[in-house]
Amino acid sequence: MSKQFVKGNEAIVKGAILAGCRAYYGYPITPASEIAHAAAQYMPLVGGTFLQAESEIAAINMVYGAAGTGIRAMTASSSPGFSLKQEGMSYLAGAELPCVVVNITRGGPGLGNIAPEQGDYHQVVKGGGHGNYKNIVVAPNSAQEMCDLTMLAFDLADKYRNPAVVMADGFIGQMMEPVDFPEPVTEFAEKTWAVRGVDGDRMNLISSIELDPDDLERHNQKLQRKYEIIENNETRYEEYRLDDADFVVIGYGIVSRMVHTAIDQLRVEGVKVGMLRPITVMPFPTNRIAELAALDHVKAFSVIELSNGQMVDDVRLAVNGVKPVEFYGRMGGNVPSIQELVHEIKRMMRVL
Amino acid sequence: MSIKILGKSPGFYDSYERRPGSNKEQTHYCPGCGHGILHKLIAEALTDFEAAENCVFVSPVGCSVFAYYYFNAGNIQSAHGRAPAVATGVKRALPESIVISYQGDGDLAAIGGNEILHAANRGEAMTVFFVNNAIYGMTGGQMAPTTLIGQKTTTTPYGRTLQNEGYPIRMAEIISSLESPVYVERVMMADTRSIAAARKAVRKGIKNQIEKKGFSFVEVLSTCPTGWKMSAPQSEEWIKSTLVKNFPLGVYKDIAQQVEPLNLDLNLAPPERVSKLIGLEKDKLEIDTAALTINENIDEEIKIAGFGGQGVLSLGVWLSEIGMREDLEVSWIPSYGPEMRGGTANCHVKLSRENIGSPLVTHPSILIAMNRPSLEKFEDDVLEGGIILWDNSLIDVEPKRKDIKNIPIPATQIAKEMGNTRISNVVILGVLAGLTEFLDPMVVQRVLPLIFKKRHLLEINLKAFQKGLELGRELSD
Repeated sequence: MSKQFVKGNEAIVKGAILAGCRAYYGYPITPASEIAHAAAQYMPLVGGTFLQAESEIAAINMVYGAAGTGIRAMTASSSPGFSLKQEGMSYLAGAELPCVVVNITRGGPGLGNIAPEQGDYHQVVKGGGHGNYKNIVVAPNSAQEMCDLTMLAFDLADKYRNPAVVMADGFIGQMMEPVDFPEPVTEFAEKTWAVRGVDGDRMNLISSIELDPDDLERHNQKLQRKYEIIENNETRYEEYRLDDADFVVIGYGIVSRMVHTAIDQLRVEGVKVGMLRPITVMPFPTNRIAELAALDHVKAFSVIELSNGQMVDDVRLAVNGVKPVEFYGRMGGNVPSIQELVHEIKRMMRVL
Repeated sequence: MSIKILGKSPGFYDSYERRPGSNKEQTHYCPGCGHGILHKLIAEALTDFEAAENCVFVSPVGCSVFAYYYFNAGNIQSAHGRAPAVATGVKRALPESIVISYQGDGDLAAIGGNEILHAANRGEAMTVFFVNNAIYGMTGGQMAPTTLIGQKTTTTPYGRTLQNEGYPIRMAEIISSLESPVYVERVMMADTRSIAAARKAVRKGIKNQIEKKGFSFVEVLSTCPTGWKMSAPQSEEWIKSTLVKNFPLGVYKDIAQQVEPLNLDLNLAPPERVSKLIGLEKDKLEIDTAALTINENIDEEIKIAGFGGQGVLSLGVWLSEIGMREDLEVSWIPSYGPEMRGGTANCHVKLSRENIGSPLVTHPSILIAMNRPSLEKFEDDVLEGGIILWDNSLIDVEPKRKDIKNIPIPATQIAKEMGNTRISNVVILGVLAGLTEFLDPMVVQRVLPLIFKKRHLLEINLKAFQKGLELGRELSD
């Protein structure tokens, strides 16, 4: 265990290396570039590969190749670059290849700007490429979690043979906090499906093509069963002051940090408000939200996002009309102040 | 001397079990198609060189998408045009393996133009087979980037024109213009003689990789009777009469004998060394936090602002580093996004006994202003009773607020007098340590050597800190 004061983006790379990742393929983009810088600095020191690819598309396909050999591999980008990776993401999901893709989200659509936004939720969480697939998605809200959840993402990716995305906004990437780094992971499950260039693997095939409709349907059904198992076993969330809350605020990433502070202020005023923070957004804490919706003391929900309202769709599905679900969002890279959140939460509570 | 293989090469699976339907013995390729011949040449070479068991075969999108039905190797099927990128990921992970990237003309020269160019330019130690039959076979005979002027395809029903589609692209020539590739040759498969020449090129391309010579590229002019709407003999004739005139055969580059083998060894660090190698060592500072002379109830929200180059971001990081050693919760965030408007660099620092919620500082308890725009921009935000610490050797106006502690410090002037204007931020650090109750001077003095590793820099910074500390103490009295 070693405590260091580091940027979220650097914590990702150190966490990845501690998790045994030895291949980084990426393309520079603000505000994710520090990830590439750190990977370029550290990967060669541990005998890993760092390669600045010619494009985001090439980078994700290099990850596809590396992951196909069974090693832990990653790439990182920010929103416009993540859009470019969608072809590769779909192939990775189809071929059931484990890897970690980091998306330090920024303002969109189009070139947008480099300020923090959460407008990529639908693309990341619902599977932004073609076909019936999903990514595993973790949403850190601190530098510590940038390390921890990156490591978790590698484990989950391997366990379920599925791409895992670390989705963080630009603020979480740029901020520095103390991080307790764990010891390196030394034991890994064997990947008997991998193509490792040895005699015993000559029957192994990494592919996402299934010509026969019945075969492809079976493959898709298998993927859906996998997502269900992930939903049953891997959902992670954090609760804050929900025990007696009238009003449940739901936010992830940097928003959850601000909501946390806003709740403290509201509680001082005697307002009974608490927060649920999804740590994994795929799997989404649907069941827990449904449980909360069924509680007598919970009168309503509010979702706060740096977007036009994307995660709120998942909350509404979970609440299923049992209680009102309000929404407040900022876009374009604007971040609400604490006063603004306090004001908005009170406004939304008027539905009570 | 190699063995002539009359039957099926062991480079192929005994039976093509992955092929749907009942026919597990023959390929899916059309009669007269060149892919089957090229597959055979590759399988034979892999077997002869005892490389098949270490081979990873990367198949593309196109008619050869199903190459994995046949090759008795590790098989990876890739997205359209991306085979060289996928092969790069494979080869870098498995440098001892023999990686073959097999692509058609649409795959390599159109949608995958970028991937092939850069894999070649990096000199990836792989072998690329490029099947050029001047047409998209699998998708139904559309125009390829290599389709000839005047050639009719399903997307050039009146013939390819110069005005609309431009000239066919010559990949061997392009690839050979790059520095890195060691071997580039264009061959054809149109009769026994030309297939024998193709065989030689295939073997050379694979041999180069076995000998770790770098990037080899073999372009093969190949038949597509179905796409061309010709018989097999007509197709062979068309290659010889027409196609080859547009794509001249020959060795475009061969420096394999001149170059030294590449060192492709992976030097993976043993797990016990990993933490140290990435700079994660136990903190050598052992600080007895019980003995610290700092306040019990710390909850500071600090904004530090100035011009770029004044060390405002660094000062924020140092405050956090010191706070962390004092066992405080700390966070630092730089001016970022819309915050950067207005010509000041700034950072937000929080130090607290409690967990830190939002890392953003909108109402600082301490504002450190190192230039006039920063003072003017943030003065109004400071909490009532908070501190405005400003450099009065650079700022020619006073804060207007009367409900704050006004602390003018000529930090830049002091730094200049000490011989280095860059240490003004450490003077400020000293003032803060003397003036407030969240920085223990002993901790600061132990953290500074971790920041300033060069002795002369450390000395002057320790002096600057001491000077600031004295000033701060005077002000607090």
